[in-house]
Amino acid sequence: MVEHSAEEILLAFASAVRAAGVKVTADRARSFVDAVGRLDVGRRPDVFWAGRATLCAAPDELGAYQRTFEAWFAPEPSTAATRDTAATTVSEASLADDAGPSDGAKETVRAVASRRELLRHRDVATLDAAGKELLRRLFAELPVRLPTRPSRRRQLNPHGDIDRVRTLREQLRRGGEPGPLRRARAPRRLRRIVWLIDVSGSMGPYADSLLRLAHRVVAEAPHGVEVFTLGTRLTRVTGALRLPDADDALGVAGRTVPDWSGGTRLGEVLRAFNDRWGQRAVARGAVVVIASDGWERGDPALLGRQVERLHHVARRIIWANPHRGKQGYQPVQQGIMAVLPHVDHFVDGHSLKSFEELLGVVANA
Amino acid sequence: MTKTSILSAATLQDRLAATGYLADDGLATIGYLALAMERPLLLEGEPGTGKTALAESLAEAFSLPLIRLQCYEGIDASQALYDWDFTAQILHLRSVEAGGGSGLSTAELESSLYDKRFLLARPILKALQESPAVLLIDEIDRADDEFEAFLLEVLSTYQVSIPEFGTVKADTPPIVVLTSNRTRDLHDALKRRCLYHWIDHPGLAREVEIVRTRLPQVPALLAAQVVRTVQQIRATDGVLKPPGVAETLDWARAIHQLGRAELDLASAAASIGALCKYREDTERVTAALARMLG
Repeated sequence: MVEHSAEEILLAFASAVRAAGVKVTADRARSFVDAVGRLDVGRRPDVFWAGRATLCAAPDELGAYQRTFEAWFAPEPSTAATRDTAATTVSEASLADDAGPSDGAKETVRAVASRRELLRHRDVATLDAAGKELLRRLFAELPVRLPTRPSRRRQLNPHGDIDRVRTLREQLRRGGEPGPLRRARAPRRLRRIVWLIDVSGSMGPYADSLLRLAHRVVAEAPHGVEVFTLGTRLTRVTGALRLPDADDALGVAGRTVPDWSGGTRLGEVLRAFNDRWGQRAVARGAVVVIASDGWERGDPALLGRQVERLHHVARRIIWANPHRGKQGYQPVQQGIMAVLPHVDHFVDGHSLKSFEELLGVVANA
Repeated sequence: MTKTSILSAATLQDRLAATGYLADDGLATIGYLALAMERPLLLEGEPGTGKTALAESLAEAFSLPLIRLQCYEGIDASQALYDWDFTAQILHLRSVEAGGGSGLSTAELESSLYDKRFLLARPILKALQESPAVLLIDEIDRADDEFEAFLLEVLSTYQVSIPEFGTVKADTPPIVVLTSNRTRDLHDALKRRCLYHWIDHPGLAREVEIVRTRLPQVPALLAAQVVRTVQQIRATDGVLKPPGVAETLDWARAIHQLGRAELDLASAAASIGALCKYREDTERVTAALARMLG
């Protein structure tokens, strides 16, 4: 066996941590080596803490880090295993139905233009492979406007109201000589948007499109949008959706979500969201979009209570239901009945056209 | 050898313990690294786990001034860095006028306006001027992106240039502690500058120790009972806001104030407001207490 220098082992460990899904950049790895150098490389806890402080940057990375560390450094020091295994097996969850290259990619522009109009009104669950391919490209063209709020401070703006303080300040600066009036107005800031997307079995045909829609909005405002999937548990996929390319983003998101097409207990998952994220700040003053068909296997009363709690902190709650736009739909399911009193807008979510309308509602919230 | 150079993580642990802050090995190691590498420390964790208290203890342990900057939405450089005191400048002009000009040329007069005494040093500038000091940047997640970018600049060079005045540079970099409640993600660039640590709620033994250290007047039995109850509440599903160590201390102090030597239902129910800050929690916890102590 070849003897490796301590530095090589540490750098190899850093890349194993990267392979486990933690964002380790080269300068972080350097910091890690530097930090261990100031401690005792032979002491296991020292290496552990130095790595955790320099390589990780979020609580959801700590688990992956710990597993990798335990796989690498055996409990007795000085026997650093050189196995390049990150102890995480991610089940591949492909989002595309049949991701073969379709002839749709070779379509002429003119034919596309007429098909586009048809596509806009089609239910996305009924599309064939070529139609899906086209739909994916249409997402990039969706017009996105974002909701705003007035900022807390005012700035000079010739269209605003007269600002007495600034006017007087200005005059003081001239030694009290009267001068032009200063006007100010509060500029607009982006309001946060939170997407909660149901990925349970009954939502299967729509989850992909809804995530693409969310991805489109994240691309407009990477730090003003948060996206979560609701299944048997709550998963935050914001980080994945920040990737610029939609297909990459959905691939990573698909690997992050452990409970694709499982069952759902909306009420419990929403409670988890409220406890962990909602009450704290993410949903405070935000526009919350819940995309779900409201099939609730658990207790509808609990679901109602949790949506009510969310309603207390959020600015607006918009509920998008893929089945609402279909012929003869009536909101009779218990889940939907329970949440309707606490929802500001109840809209469709089954076709490109309805997505456009949904974005309009979000922008004006 | 500066004031803040220490030999090992264990030394730091002892020093913090002397001020009443009990850091676990992980936190002590990372605190030591932050001092040794002169890097800011980014602390995240549930509210009430002692993020801010760590900065206070660091200041006390090294007898340095603690300079605190509380972030809020819309904070900008003039609130964090420096501002000119307009009123004083105008007064100065008027008094020069009243004194008949005192033979100053216009240029001299103007430069006298941008003197150090008219400079209002806000927390960050103050920390650079008074360094070595502990600079606590509290709840950085509340500030916005622009402010983060500005902070990044200061934290990478520990210097600030003021156009009318010149550059202020810290001789020794201050100890910088940033805290965040994770209401949003911070930018990677800022995180890369810092050493990161997630502070968890302490275990039973450590929390009892914390209560005993912080509140020596509270009898051991009561402290153990209070901590055990709080730990159970934290483990309970469905509590809106799990109580932090700060709440544990408040509650123990409250029950002790009521003159009780051990936990009983009446005093617990009367002082529950120190522990739970939501009506729903209060109801749930009161019911659970009745089961535990009833």
